[in-house]
Amino acid sequence: MRLLIIEDDRESADYLVKAFREVGYVADLASDGEEGLALADSGDYDVLVIDRMLPKRDGLSLIGTLREKGNRTPALILSALGQVDDRIKGLRAGGDDYLPKPYAFAELLARVEVLSRRHGGPAEETTYRVGDLELDRLSHRVARGKDELTLQPREFRLLEYLMKHAGQVVTRTMLLENVWDYHFDPQTNVIDVHISRLRSKIDKGFERPLLHTIRGAGYMIRDGIR
Amino acid sequence: MTAFGKLVRTTAFRLTLVYLLLFALFAASLLGYFAWNTRRLITEQITTTVNAETGEISDIYGRRGLHGLVLTIENRALRPGANLYLVTTPTGQAVAGNVGALAPGVMATTGWSETAYRRLDEQDDTDHRALVRVTELPSGFRLLIGRDLEERRRLFGIVAQAAQWSVLIVVVLGLGGGVFVARRVLRRIDAMTGTTQRIMAGDLSGRLPVGRSGDELDRLAENLNAMLERIEALMMGLKEVSDNIAHDLKTPLTRLRNRAEEALAKSGNEAEYRTALERTIEESDGLIRTFNALLMIARAESGQARDNMDDFDAADVAQGIQELYEPLAEDDGMSLHVKTVPAPLHGNRELISQALANLVENAIKYGKPVAVAQPLGADAVAGGDARAILIEARRDGDQVLLSVSDHGPGIPPSDRKHAVERFVRLEASRTQPGSGLGLSLASAVATLHGGELRLGDAHPGLQATLAIPALPGAGDRLAAQTPDVPQKAA
Repeated sequence: MRLLIIEDDRESADYLVKAFREVGYVADLASDGEEGLALADSGDYDVLVIDRMLPKRDGLSLIGTLREKGNRTPALILSALGQVDDRIKGLRAGGDDYLPKPYAFAELLARVEVLSRRHGGPAEETTYRVGDLELDRLSHRVARGKDELTLQPREFRLLEYLMKHAGQVVTRTMLLENVWDYHFDPQTNVIDVHISRLRSKIDKGFERPLLHTIRGAGYMIRDGIR
Repeated sequence: MTAFGKLVRTTAFRLTLVYLLLFALFAASLLGYFAWNTRRLITEQITTTVNAETGEISDIYGRRGLHGLVLTIENRALRPGANLYLVTTPTGQAVAGNVGALAPGVMATTGWSETAYRRLDEQDDTDHRALVRVTELPSGFRLLIGRDLEERRRLFGIVAQAAQWSVLIVVVLGLGGGVFVARRVLRRIDAMTGTTQRIMAGDLSGRLPVGRSGDELDRLAENLNAMLERIEALMMGLKEVSDNIAHDLKTPLTRLRNRAEEALAKSGNEAEYRTALERTIEESDGLIRTFNALLMIARAESGQARDNMDDFDAADVAQGIQELYEPLAEDDGMSLHVKTVPAPLHGNRELISQALANLVENAIKYGKPVAVAQPLGADAVAGGDARAILIEARRDGDQVLLSVSDHGPGIPPSDRKHAVERFVRLEASRTQPGSGLGLSLASAVATLHGGELRLGDAHPGLQATLAIPALPGAGDRLAAQTPDVPQKAA
């Protein structure tokens, strides 16, 4: 996967490039808005990671220009402005995701993976399958093996989101944003409780657990060890 | 600037000068008009008398000849305060009258003229002025009748003097008044300036002196004092906040540093390093959360979040939050219920959700019933109900009320105002984790929407209510359609 990081702060940029390379990504670096625009426009990248405040051309205008030219490469905006309105502004400008600084690298990685999948991935399926767990998005039926599972509507959406990104790390904030549509940071482990309830329904009594907790990052649904 | 210069520069003094000029001009023109009219009136009077006498004497001459004329003239000339008379031959020799000398050429032209003259009986050499009319009699003799102008001159003089005096008085009184008023104003302004300078120098407790007259300066001073009051309160708040920030951020930072140091000094294997690092990350996440909450409050308080408002139903928010927190409450041995009626409002949905979430988190954390046996009333909620938390969304008049009630120890009325402040964690909650910003944020969000956060008694327990102005219009219709039957939505 090819990644373009547009970030003017040398240290964070180097850290990001190194961290992404360590997980096996090809990461290029641009240190100002103009250079970033030129690279993003010419190169074939899977995801752009763009700092919002950049010299020469700010991140939002960069994305706007790219989108006007018909470039649809998914863009994730990094910003020290973490408030709801800034987020909305960023998404309106054509960004696909928004992550306020300071962030955990695990969070950034999870989001970048989701974005790259969205870009090149297959069309939305009507049935998700992970191991012997099956979720039918149309009839809202969930079954594990031969057992039919009864889920609350919200549990269904939670599982749906996890299964849509099966094999990928999904962070707590991603869940809160995508399943509940809240963008604030709860002071409590409210998501964990929902996950443990879901887990008790889909994994309890089965030999192979499917819903895994990824320490320091979030959760992942997958069959066995990758 | 000298004291005089300051005085002259005051608005009061400058206004006085303008008025002074206006009044002086007015007085002068009034007296001028008066003088001119008086003069005209006197001249008219003289003309009339002289004309009448000229006619009379011409008549006498016509009837009684030169002899009669001379007799009449001599006779009349002797009367005290008499007019001026002179009769001359066609060659210019005086025949009769009381005029001794005349300006040359006066007798040569008939008609009106103003001339200098001297009476026959006068010893001094001073000239007087007179208004005279010369008529030629049928025989070629000339008759002069005139009147001394002294009277007119004296009257004019009186008026002129009156004009001078009145202008002088106007000027003196005006200047005096101006200085008086200007000094009075200046004294008060100086007092205000002195106070403001003291305040600028850092003494925020200073207040402007307010008089009892209730005039414009007093009102200005009152308003400035109110402003100072507000500024002082804000400054106090700011100071308190920065003290609290220093404490609440420094403490975890110190902890963070100590742990890193300890790990560096003592840890011998990777597992220990890992644990230390994980705890470091946890600790910094907590710090970031505190920062975010502070920023959010600052933002809500400064009104920036107003851009992102739309219309929505508070009932949906209440149900959404109930749904999100219900499992958490249950894990904690509590139960979370919701009771709503449609309550549309205009606002920032995200912020209101967060405010409500904070109230619910507080209720879960602190709303557990106290173990000690309680007096009557506690029995009513004993058992399962005592651990119930209720989220309510309803309309009350033109307000939408979003409330969270628990059956915990509550907050004593005296502490409620204090509890909303930033970083305040009441004694009872010191041991629990948390940033102490939850209620402040909820309060800031309510204020942003033009409402308030009310802390009340849930008998027993705490009822925290976000009271926010309802969406005008739409709500009345909805409320009318839905009679007071609460929807149990959980």
